[in-house]
Amino acid sequence: MLVKTVFAGFGGQGVLSMGLNLTQAAMMEGKHVTYLPSYGAEVRGGTANCTVAVSNEEIASPVASSPEFVIAMNLPSLVRFQNQIESGGVLLFDASLVETEVSRGDIEVVGIPATDLANKIGSPKSANMVMLGAFIKKSNLVSLDSVIEGLKSTFKGKPDLVTINEQALRTGYDLL
Amino acid sequence: MSIVTKVLMTGNAAIGEAAIRAGCQCYFGYPITPQNELTEHMAANLSRRKGCAFVQAESEIAAINMVYGASLAGVRVMTSSSSPGISLKQEGISYLAACELPAVIVNMSRGGPGLGSISASQSDYFQATRGGGHGDYRTPVLAPSSVQELADLTHRAFDLADKYLTPVLILGDGILGQMMEPVEFRHEAPEVPPVRSNALRGAKGRPSRIVKTFTSNPSTLEELNWSLFRRYQVIKQAEVTYDTFMVDDARLVVVAFGIAARIAKGAVKTARIEGLKVGLLRPVTLWPFPAAKIRKLAEDVKQFLVFEMNMGQMLEDVQLALEGSAEVSFYGRTGGVIPTPSEVLRVIARLYHQKGLHR
Amino acid sequence: MKKIYSRPKSLKKTAFHYCPGCGHSIIHRIMTELIDEMDLQDKIIGIPPPGCSVFAYNYFDIDMAESAHGRGAAVATGMKRAYPEGIIFTYQGDGDLAAIGTAETVHAANRGENITVIFVNNAVYGMTGGQMAPTTLVGQKTTTTPYGRDERMEGNALRISEMLALVKGVAYIERVAVNSPTNIRKAKKAIRKAFQAQIDGLGFSMVEVLSPCPTNWRMDEPEAWQWVSDVMAKEFPLGVLKDVTGESHAS
Repeated sequence: MLVKTVFAGFGGQGVLSMGLNLTQAAMMEGKHVTYLPSYGAEVRGGTANCTVAVSNEEIASPVASSPEFVIAMNLPSLVRFQNQIESGGVLLFDASLVETEVSRGDIEVVGIPATDLANKIGSPKSANMVMLGAFIKKSNLVSLDSVIEGLKSTFKGKPDLVTINEQALRTGYDLL
Repeated sequence: MSIVTKVLMTGNAAIGEAAIRAGCQCYFGYPITPQNELTEHMAANLSRRKGCAFVQAESEIAAINMVYGASLAGVRVMTSSSSPGISLKQEGISYLAACELPAVIVNMSRGGPGLGSISASQSDYFQATRGGGHGDYRTPVLAPSSVQELADLTHRAFDLADKYLTPVLILGDGILGQMMEPVEFRHEAPEVPPVRSNALRGAKGRPSRIVKTFTSNPSTLEELNWSLFRRYQVIKQAEVTYDTFMVDDARLVVVAFGIAARIAKGAVKTARIEGLKVGLLRPVTLWPFPAAKIRKLAEDVKQFLVFEMNMGQMLEDVQLALEGSAEVSFYGRTGGVIPTPSEVLRVIARLYHQKGLHR
Repeated sequence: MKKIYSRPKSLKKTAFHYCPGCGHSIIHRIMTELIDEMDLQDKIIGIPPPGCSVFAYNYFDIDMAESAHGRGAAVATGMKRAYPEGIIFTYQGDGDLAAIGTAETVHAANRGENITVIFVNNAVYGMTGGQMAPTTLVGQKTTTTPYGRDERMEGNALRISEMLALVKGVAYIERVAVNSPTNIRKAKKAIRKAFQAQIDGLGFSMVEVLSPCPTNWRMDEPEAWQWVSDVMAKEFPLGVLKDVTGESHAS
């Protein structure tokens, strides 16, 4: 089993932390995992993306030329990555921000109103965690518990942040 | 689960952390993508340690000469950069080699020539393995292929540098530097790192000491070159390191290093599932090069495929090693293009069938 | 009988290779006197440059290491950071410090590196045979300005000490000359002050020494020594350009 996921969006939407949280959880579950962010001049234009590969065995390449999952938090990311998704793969996007018609019939397209849901729970900044929750449910790559455990170590000494993010995660997770 | 001691880190930060734990006392660097996280790790973590120093230099040239100064003073010292910056450092690396001064130099290489791209590449192989700067010298070159190995080989680089009194290169690339993987550090940083015994620290209780190469007598310099090369022979005997994967019954062996070896390994695994008898040799030391091992493999294997992220540089070392005893093909992507395992698999499968190895 | 004059302990018993009338041997002499007087031999490390003074380590009986051309200030930085208890000086010519090594010099000064730079300005590249230096005077003939330095084509003599005096990290800069007994005494006093600034941890200290080069100036020795005062010192006025040592002592 080797699954590659691309998280993409505007800088500030927390796409890199989505990837990092998944990576952390996979590591805690003893899986092989790599995390590769976009870097350099590419990220200075305001968009960011990262690729996470999770596997039961050694990972050959941390790069995804045809990821199984793409999480698009904005329209440019959806446009850029939708054609790269492996046939049979899944595209998740923030339906609160992106109105789109995906032209491919060989992938599953899932719109999650992540930003609206995040606003609803009073934490507009945690749309990424809502999205991650939905992705965890959809992909079943790691358990929700592992992601929450990971959050606790990331936000050590900041219990408020753990609570907010956990709530957002569960909101997305319970949606699907 | 053995995972508890592992931490998630970028390759760049892992080198920095491993260096600190290896007793690196001074780091001098200059910003360049894709290795900035290493410089930043040292700024955050080395500068506050007792007796340690971090300087963001005004140039790569200044940084490598600061390395030279700190090595003269007898401490473990490191600098890092990426391809264009490593070109600038060559002057200083030549002086370090000439004056027999240990130092660790990290190249998280990127696409070239020129300003090139910031994406991963392996096109600095020649520069790394042929000395790189002016004069008659070589430097040991270590080529890791994972974040864990970056950390482990950083430790080894410092040990090699001290043991053989030479600068040692770690040749990584943009992906290894940027990617995060779980990594485990097996050493704790020493409280007070030791000072090398032949350091320049003032003529206290001993005659004054000079470190220099310049001479008006060419035969003096020839003797220095001979003594360096005698040491290089010892390194060649003692320090060759490589990894093999499924070579025992292989009819085709892929030779690849660093990130390319990792991609190739993925391709080899799939080829095996498809019934192709393919193996992998991964040089971990690029200099000294595992020439004897390759020659030995050629007793049974008549087809080699060299795969690199350049236009064919290590290829020449494989050809030299084989001395015509087996056929060598080459596949490369360059400029910062990252080939996929399935792309390499296609090349392997095509070659395998073209050469009739399936029969 | 009281002995009032002898070879400094830190000056090796080797005959200088420098040309007759050259300033280097005088500068070596006063520096080694100071190393003795200030009791620095067991902790001082010198970094001579490629150039006429590349063999300085044959004369100074102290720890020394060669440097790549122009990189003295960077080498000294690395050394001082690794070994802060050491007293580190570079000994650099005008081409070394003010052309190829300008960046290293300016930034070491700006970081306030606690090192001492002895900057020997003879307005010419000596060892390579008398080419134009950044400090060559307008009109001065060298092998690469055979018709005299033309400011429209080759620029003006670069006043590095004045430039560096503007830099905050600098503790002390003085320009001196070694072309008369009086000037030599002043030069020694200045170098003492520079070393003391480093010992006191005050930051970057530099002494620029105007030094005669009869060979490449195509002059006889008295003529060259006179030229330092009559011509060179007009472009490069002698004196203290920056001194915060007093301030620091007062505070």
